[in-house]
Amino acid sequence: MLQIEDLQVHLGDKEILAHIDLEINAGETHILFGPNGSGKTSLLMTIMGYPQYRVTAGKIRFKGEDITHMPVHERAKLGIGMSFQRPPSIQGLKTRQMVAICGGKKEVPVDDLAAKMNFTEFLNRDINVGFSGGEIKRSELLQLMAQEPDLLLFDEPESGVDLENIALIGNTISRLLERDLKPGPEKTCKEMHKKRKRMGLIITHTGFILDYVAADKGQVLYHGVLACKGNPIDIFRQIKETGYEECCRCVL
Amino acid sequence: MRTLEEKAREAKNKKAALGPDVDLDTFDVRAEAHQRLQNLGQVGQQDRDRLIQAGVDVTEAGRSGSYLQKDATAVYAGAKDEGVEVIPIKEALEKHAWAREHYWKLLSVDVDKYTARAFTDLHDGYVIRALPGSRAFFPVQACLYLEKQNLSQNVHNIIIAEEGSELHIITGCVTAAHVSRGLHVGISEFYVKKNATLSFTMIHHWAEDMMVRPRSVGRVEEGGLFLNNYVCMKPVKSLQMYPTTHLVGPGAVARFYSLLVGHPGSELDVGGRISLEADDTRAEIVSRAITNGGKIIARGDIIGERAGVKGHLECRGLILKGGEIHAIPELKGRTEGVELSHEAAVGKIAQEEILYLMSRGLSEDEATATIVRGFLSVDIPGLPEGLKEQIDQAVDLSQKSVL
Repeated sequence: MLQIEDLQVHLGDKEILAHIDLEINAGETHILFGPNGSGKTSLLMTIMGYPQYRVTAGKIRFKGEDITHMPVHERAKLGIGMSFQRPPSIQGLKTRQMVAICGGKKEVPVDDLAAKMNFTEFLNRDINVGFSGGEIKRSELLQLMAQEPDLLLFDEPESGVDLENIALIGNTISRLLERDLKPGPEKTCKEMHKKRKRMGLIITHTGFILDYVAADKGQVLYHGVLACKGNPIDIFRQIKETGYEECCRCVL
Repeated sequence: MRTLEEKAREAKNKKAALGPDVDLDTFDVRAEAHQRLQNLGQVGQQDRDRLIQAGVDVTEAGRSGSYLQKDATAVYAGAKDEGVEVIPIKEALEKHAWAREHYWKLLSVDVDKYTARAFTDLHDGYVIRALPGSRAFFPVQACLYLEKQNLSQNVHNIIIAEEGSELHIITGCVTAAHVSRGLHVGISEFYVKKNATLSFTMIHHWAEDMMVRPRSVGRVEEGGLFLNNYVCMKPVKSLQMYPTTHLVGPGAVARFYSLLVGHPGSELDVGGRISLEADDTRAEIVSRAITNGGKIIARGDIIGERAGVKGHLECRGLILKGGEIHAIPELKGRTEGVELSHEAAVGKIAQEEILYLMSRGLSEDEATATIVRGFLSVDIPGLPEGLKEQIDQAVDLSQKSVL
């Protein structure tokens, strides 16, 4: 599980996250709401360990280990993975190679995974070079499918995705988070849920993802402070009705 | 008209336009003759290991022919494909009028003292010719091997892809493990005749104290394609070359690709010049340079003489551990309607790219190596798969020394 205690983060000289407390238990998926510039991406990048996000106080623990100052690749090895909103392109590095890299020491069935993401024709292209917004999302999910992390961080996974692919994205995230486990003759629904170990933290603006992933909790980040916690559908409805103005009242 | 001899005599002390001057008198011109080989299988194990690094396979598997020169002696020349001829140049000039007709025709003897030296003290070199309409499936390999310490190896090569032919050549220049100092002067004349395709991939493998002065010019006729690839990733004291190609027939195309690594103490001044002299001609020059403390000057020059011609120059440099990269892209449009462009970038590896790879589980060093490998991996359209693998191999073999 992921535990964040009283986390404070600076980007440059500016405090961008203040006193964040967040807990994601094994098997849980949380949705992170918040207006532009509220610090959502910064929170994900801090959990991933990007060094420009400087933790000035507080702790991040994952699987019982203090990872507050752990380098990015060690966090990845410990089981944290992220779908980036605007990943850099790397000249000369083929998507096929990148997907294989994500698997670490595992042998990755790159072609099979790519076929599932309608991404076969991109395998021999340089990673992210000239990809559209939607193609980047599919590429990011394909990489996570190879990486199989236990905690998945999604930064606006549906932005820029055309309607044709939105279901593919939604269902893939659901599968990555083990939300698609169905009860059968052997196991009851409850038993299946117990089996679920993967954790998710998803940033969304459109709420599309809620149609595919029955998230456990919603969180609203406002001006670097977690302002609200609750049922994600309720929160999303509230935001649609009153905007983030209402959240403002709880923070102040 | 002055004879070649007269021109060479007059240019004997003529300094080159570019690159540090080399005192020719500090190198030996004479080398003992080596024994000629019946086949490449007779090459000793030690030499084999060096040759393989420059893409030369002594088993000749997947090769249409081979040429091997040790110091001043052509020890082996032969073709396996009937559409191809591989002949030492001294023999070719003696026996064949066609060879003489292509000798010093694209390049002048009096360009500088190196061209003059290659004429007055010619050791040998190769003539590789694809007969009209022939399509050699496999590449021809050629190797210029330097075994004698402090030798000035003077070589002249002529490469002819006759009308409608297709020819691929992989050529390596290598020093023996014990050689540290020497001079290599290499003249190359490339003739790509009407509708012919020639790919020429050169892998250099020098030593710390080597001076290298290749001089080459190509001429591409109507509908011809000339691919010129160059890889130099090992230390060298000073390398200066500026191969030039003239596209003289309509629709002719030339592409130059070079991968350069500058080590501490190395100075590489490598350019590429293509002049578009006929209708619908196209040129592309791509260079990738990495320095670990060496100095690299990456030049490029595209000259458009006709309306509608197109040329693009791309020059990227990475400074990893000190050193200097000087990119000098030049474009000359000499009439209305030319389309010439260039992009040049010199910098370091983006931290963002390293972190992205780290977020997928690579350590910082692994991430850096992956990015460098990607940087050096250039897609070369028109190159046969086997040759592409050879280039990849050469890059892989050398990459360890880069980081």
